[in-house]
Amino acid sequence: MSPSVRLQEMIRVIRGARTQGEERGVIQRECAAIRAQFRQADNGTRSHNLAKLLYVHMLGYPAHFGQMECVRLIASPRYNEKRVGYLGAMMLLDEKQDASLLITNSIKNDLSHNSQYVQSLALCTLACMGSAEMCRDLAPEIDRLLRASNSYIKKKAALCAVHIVRKVPDLGELFTPAARSLLCEKNHGVLHGAVVLITELCERNPDTLEQFRKVVPELVQIMKGLVMSGYSPEHNVAGISDPFLQVRILRLLRILGRNNDTASDAMNDLLAQVATNTDSSKTAGSAVLYETVLTVMDIKSESGLRVLAVNILGRFLLNNDRNIRYISMTSLQKIVQTDHNAVQRHRGTIVDCLKDQDASVKRRALELSLALVSAVNIRSLMKELLLFLSSCPPELRAHTTSGIFNAAERYAPSQRWHIDTILHVLTTAGGDVRDETVPNLIQLITTATELHCYTVHKLYRALITDISVQSLVQVACWCIGEYGDLLLRGECEETEPVQVTEDDVLDALETVLQSHMSSPATRGFALTATMKLSTRITHNVDRIRSIVSIYGSCIDVELQQRAVEYNALFKKYDHMRAAVLERMPVIDKSSPGHTNGESAGGIKELEQTKLTQEVVLPKDPGNQVCDLLDLLGGSGEPVPSSGLSHTVPGPATSTSGGDLLDLLGGLDVSPAPPSVKVYEKNGVTLKLQTDSQTDTGMTITLTATNSTDGDITSLTLQAAVPKSVQLQMKAPSGDVIPARGLGLVTQTVLLNNPNKVSLKMRVRVCYSSQGAVCQDTVQIDSFPSPAW
Amino acid sequence: MRFLLLFSRQGKLRLQKWFTPIPEREKKKIVRDMTTMVLARKPRSCNFLHWKDLKIVYKRYASLYFCCGLDAEENELIALEMLHRYVELLDKYFGNVCELDIIFNFEKAYFILDEFLLGGEIQETSKQVVSRAIEASDMLQEVRCCPVGTDLRSVFPSS
Repeated sequence: MSPSVRLQEMIRVIRGARTQGEERGVIQRECAAIRAQFRQADNGTRSHNLAKLLYVHMLGYPAHFGQMECVRLIASPRYNEKRVGYLGAMMLLDEKQDASLLITNSIKNDLSHNSQYVQSLALCTLACMGSAEMCRDLAPEIDRLLRASNSYIKKKAALCAVHIVRKVPDLGELFTPAARSLLCEKNHGVLHGAVVLITELCERNPDTLEQFRKVVPELVQIMKGLVMSGYSPEHNVAGISDPFLQVRILRLLRILGRNNDTASDAMNDLLAQVATNTDSSKTAGSAVLYETVLTVMDIKSESGLRVLAVNILGRFLLNNDRNIRYISMTSLQKIVQTDHNAVQRHRGTIVDCLKDQDASVKRRALELSLALVSAVNIRSLMKELLLFLSSCPPELRAHTTSGIFNAAERYAPSQRWHIDTILHVLTTAGGDVRDETVPNLIQLITTATELHCYTVHKLYRALITDISVQSLVQVACWCIGEYGDLLLRGECEETEPVQVTEDDVLDALETVLQSHMSSPATRGFALTATMKLSTRITHNVDRIRSIVSIYGSCIDVELQQRAVEYNALFKKYDHMRAAVLERMPVIDKSSPGHTNGESAGGIKELEQTKLTQEVVLPKDPGNQVCDLLDLLGGSGEPVPSSGLSHTVPGPATSTSGGDLLDLLGGLDVSPAPPSVKVYEKNGVTLKLQTDSQTDTGMTITLTATNSTDGDITSLTLQAAVPKSVQLQMKAPSGDVIPARGLGLVTQTVLLNNPNKVSLKMRVRVCYSSQGAVCQDTVQIDSFPSPAW
Repeated sequence: MRFLLLFSRQGKLRLQKWFTPIPEREKKKIVRDMTTMVLARKPRSCNFLHWKDLKIVYKRYASLYFCCGLDAEENELIALEMLHRYVELLDKYFGNVCELDIIFNFEKAYFILDEFLLGGEIQETSKQVVSRAIEASDMLQEVRCCPVGTDLRSVFPSS
């Protein structure tokens, strides 16, 4: 029985094993036999035993005991043994094994062997698993082979040199001269190896890159030869002459032309020629065109060529072959920032690719579509994205929703569109949105004051349809709580109003409260909303009272706390209930409650804000009582003095602070935070209020009102601060103050005071009143304390 | 190219060629990941995937999947052509190659690969040159009676 049949026999037996256990048994027996054979003297079957071991290794079984056998076989004079020995070395040995060093000598000898096939084995093994040490040892040999051997060996030596340069970059200098001369060869294999070697050298060493820029004309000539040559049977692939070599040359040209005008100019014509003449009906041609496009976009090419390249990519987008569509999109993604307009022209095709069956193509199309969103195309593109969302694969949903939200935030043409879009996303894919979506949406809704009625109607409808999407339910509950009165009124301009009774609304909220699908956060929203409705409805307050008292003994601690507090609001503090549950002011995006990731907590904080904003902490205790009267005298109503003493926790007139609700005992709770009047003249009043304050800065808002009979126009405010303080004035809300106090203008100012100097500010007010231009300057030496 | 793998539809490995030094355990993990990812693909999908920082190019020929891992700068389309070229070489050598040929003659499949690729790069772009080199090496293997040190180039002239 000839030994190689025994190898195949073993393979057959292993494959015949019916179970994993049986296979293991066979393999154990064979390995034992192989091990025994290895220990014996040379009996002519060593190569076959090693081959058997390599098969076993490929199945995943350990084969390290064959390493020494590889070393022995490599040193054998017989070619068949060398061949298997080297194969074994490539499979079983890597640079981390000690045994690999032992073959260095054999490789060295074989590199100078008479037979080129033996040389080839040595070169192949060195290029596959040569360690840095081995490479250093043998580099001079390789250099010798690069210069003085036949083309069969030269091409292999070139790629071996590539491996050496990767392992020991310093040796690059050794190979540079030889690499240069190899470019004159006619043999394609050698040329290919030379181009790969030069690419590697240039990528690692900028000086070498400079040197090789001089060969650009030569490379251009070689490419021209390939492109223009007639049919060459040896190298032809689907009508393209040696596409592998063409692609490598184009890649090298890319590296040489990058950031260099001269080199880029030299290759301009060639690239245009390749781009126009290459037939891309088969993959080989498309591969060459693809590489050409990459090169054109990366070097300093003229604009005509760039347009040509983008058009090629556009053509690729329409190709039937999915692979070509895919790589077209990856390339467009790379250039969408730099050549935005050119890519926009192909938007239609890209959007069509969203409907492709293939998941990779869909993903690319999504990335590209999101990158192409602009103010001009937002409406149409969003329609497509929302359509995509309804049918997109689950792994892409989260990415799609966040992409849609980002795009909507940047380019929303109107608030109603923005709200509609977010609601659409929540209904379609509410489970895949980020946590911040709920507070973001709520903030958006509060700012869109004209749309409150419309929003609450839409959300109510969504709520009664489906309460499983938590984010949507939370926003809906919040809106119903806030704007329930608008809902009950039953009239709405923007959309068909619902005719609901108070019971219907309370039913909806109670369903959410009791449903097992609702998360604890959602239930918190629902409870608070129910509570808020107590001031917006007229008939069913008792029902709300009973709901709230039931949840006072809820197991969920959060809900229980809320219910107990609301209960207290009903019982002890009923007179404050209306004020506490009033309509919320517009939420400022930068307020801390907003950045709190957990939305329920955020909203609760804002509620507590309302309760505490009347706590005034005066800076100088001296004349606080009078100031307080002033600050809170906005509406002119008298403040009971008994309550007053409670409100000042400072050292002068403090009483026991007690709990939060006590502080507000008797006070007329007004929603406006304390503001100081800093300017009053000609009916124009300027008030200053501190929004927030830290150690090193504060945010203030200037509010201008007008009590004259005519509008104040062209209002501008300018401010100056001490040198070390940084001032940033935000855009004012407008420059016209309507007459008779019917409106106001606000402007926010941010002050950054890193050196903590005493803050002073000078404000210049300019305006036109009844035809006359007025200008005044005010000095502000002290700022009121912040709202809370 | 970082690696080249051949595996069957059942996920059995038929050939593995690694062009960078990787510990044994990591090789096994990569093989597992590749087989899982590629076998999960639908029939008419795109042949390109993304895995970690590599581009994966795969193609199915009958019952075998040919899969290679590329660096970011490499051209995926030419890699497809390269896989196809390797299949053509196998086909020429074995005559209508099928999976069984590669199973029972795995060492020949490696020898052919080693004449086509070297260190992860293509070494010869002409099909005929590669085929002739394989034939010559095979003949050398058969010749057992040549004494050591014979100038074999006189017996088998290089192409």
